[in-house]
Amino acid sequence: MRFFEYEAREIVKRTGIPVTDFGFTTDAAEARTIAERIGGPTVIKSQVLSGGRMKAGGVKFADTPEEAESYAADILKLEINGQTPRGVLVDPKAEVKQEYYAGVVWDAVAKKPVILFSDMGGIDIEEVAAEHPDHVGRMHFSNILPLSDFHAKECIAQTGVTGRALQRLTPIVRKLAELFVDNDMVLAEINPLAEMHDGSFVALDAHMDMESEARGRHKALLADLGVGDDETRMAREPTEFELAGEAVDNASHRGVAGNVTEFDGNIGLVIGAGGGSLTLFDAVRAHGGEPANYCEIGGNPSVEKTCGLAKLVLTKPGVDKIAVMMSIVSNTRVDIVARGVIKACIELDMDPAEKIAIFRIPGAWEEEGFKILAKYGIDYADRSVSMHEAARRAVQKITAGEEASS
Amino acid sequence: MSILIGSDTTFIVQGITGREAVNLTRECLDYGAGAKIVGGVTPGRKGRDVHGIAVHDTVAACVEAHGGPIDGSVVTVPPAFTKDAVYEAIENDIKLIVIVTERIPRRDVAQMVELAELRGARLIGPNCLGIIVPDVIKMGGIGGPARNAAQAYTPGPIGVISRSGGMTTEMSSTLSAAGLGQSTAVSIGGDAIIGSTYAELMPLFDADQQTEGIVIYTEPGGRMEAELARWVTENDCTMPIVAFMAGRFMDDMPGMSFGHAGTIVEGKEDTAAEKIARLAEAGITVAEGISEIPEIMRSMLSARSAA
Repeated sequence: MRFFEYEAREIVKRTGIPVTDFGFTTDAAEARTIAERIGGPTVIKSQVLSGGRMKAGGVKFADTPEEAESYAADILKLEINGQTPRGVLVDPKAEVKQEYYAGVVWDAVAKKPVILFSDMGGIDIEEVAAEHPDHVGRMHFSNILPLSDFHAKECIAQTGVTGRALQRLTPIVRKLAELFVDNDMVLAEINPLAEMHDGSFVALDAHMDMESEARGRHKALLADLGVGDDETRMAREPTEFELAGEAVDNASHRGVAGNVTEFDGNIGLVIGAGGGSLTLFDAVRAHGGEPANYCEIGGNPSVEKTCGLAKLVLTKPGVDKIAVMMSIVSNTRVDIVARGVIKACIELDMDPAEKIAIFRIPGAWEEEGFKILAKYGIDYADRSVSMHEAARRAVQKITAGEEASS
Repeated sequence: MSILIGSDTTFIVQGITGREAVNLTRECLDYGAGAKIVGGVTPGRKGRDVHGIAVHDTVAACVEAHGGPIDGSVVTVPPAFTKDAVYEAIENDIKLIVIVTERIPRRDVAQMVELAELRGARLIGPNCLGIIVPDVIKMGGIGGPARNAAQAYTPGPIGVISRSGGMTTEMSSTLSAAGLGQSTAVSIGGDAIIGSTYAELMPLFDADQQTEGIVIYTEPGGRMEAELARWVTENDCTMPIVAFMAGRFMDDMPGMSFGHAGTIVEGKEDTAAEKIARLAEAGITVAEGISEIPEIMRSMLSARSAA
């Protein structure tokens, strides 16, 4: 779950890392008040989760409070990569001596957090790592043994930074590592971390991403920052169709029939489980099919829940038929999924044999499931038909149907 | 032979009175020669039994009742309690821990993994279905009820390692239908950080007499495949490895997560395309479909025996 810059900076500030005297607002007139308080030139920054703000015109430098207000008004109206800004950040324009980078991420191979530091701040760290590897310090630290200043110091020293700067940077980088751990972050980054002409250090920008699974243990912080429970903060906002899928899944806690993602194709998919859905979605595309959606069934959801998901997909505009497919199931029951999708067709006054292009779910309770499917005249397949072959049949049938009707 | 577990392996089930755990216990008892489940733990439920398995309050009580060391544990408790349960197993000298629970924050997983390393224990999972040695034993929900597991898994020369529990069964079933049985199949879990990666299981399969080839299921996200490729190159491993990569569509959708918690494209190295290239460089064949795997494996096996 990503944080906006103004939230990330607030988190940094709470850890005791120096930040500028910034202000956040959703109102251009208030931007002027903040700029007046700051006194002197300011930077007005669009608050969106997307990158590339500078290029898109979402960052502007104002010499006077009047300019701050007018730039804020422009930026508040400016969409960046389809995102409307949450507000603007008004920041004192800093006279910087040098820019550094400090970040903490997970290394899933070492299974430990790793501190990254560079004396070439202000640009993308991946770029620095690729072009100037000797300017990037790396230091893993333990998940259970104490984290200490020396971890940060060794990491910084790898880049050749020494003297007063090393001494002043050490506690800042150590605090950033603590913040990463304490807040269940998957990314905690200060870039640039600026050295001012008086030798002090200030965080000028910060990126934070909290692991969604851990949100529950940071309720107080999230409430303080005003992050709503319903804000997913994914790469894009959920669509109405996706929210409806979530509602189906949340209707009962048993099993999964959700994780819906909307696409603009015509092939309705009722698929599962985790790996099976990924495989089947690829398979449909490999055969030239265009899925209308992605979804996942798993953990043996009820007939009602499966029915809800199937109804949602069946009624999606542009969908004529659905393909019901899963990898071999051992926990989810074939007969329950069969009942769910048939019930959906009947309740929508549709003929299951016509609407279900193929049903390919082998495994637990398959005899019972296949019996029901046969009774309704639905085209079904057992495990002797591969997932790719089932996807091919579905694509063929749905494409043929489209051509016949056009 | 097999890796990790065999017919004599003893294990307990932590969280045994939960709905999923009750089913899993039945399945393991029924499968193959019948698993030697020597106890179960649910705090506060001492004195009950699940399918004839005594329930204790603590892991220590299981060890005491058993009268000696216990080899393994299957942990299926809610995410908030998993770290404690795994610590408890490790500190009671259990050396193989299968973690079924999903949605455990990374920090907790990394802590469990590090304590396990310090104590010489091995973790499988989290968010996994466990381990199966066809016709002998299964530890976890892998393959489902004994009857269904027997339908998909057969004994043979192929080691299976998969980030998806369900796909472990799908791939093994396809191999079985083609006459290629499995030495051991391991569902390693779909999270970003897991106890045992491909590269960490390879030495075990490599040392196993029965295993002649490896089939892996993989997804976008993480660096685990690059780690495997590196291991294969550094160790001059000549055992045939066939990989299947699902979720290729995700390369066009950076920042979105599908399928499993660890499946997300965040950087170039996470992409399916990049991983396929890394695997191919190490001599690992990447199959386009599951049904192609047996044929590729057969030709690799015969090429190797001819050499």
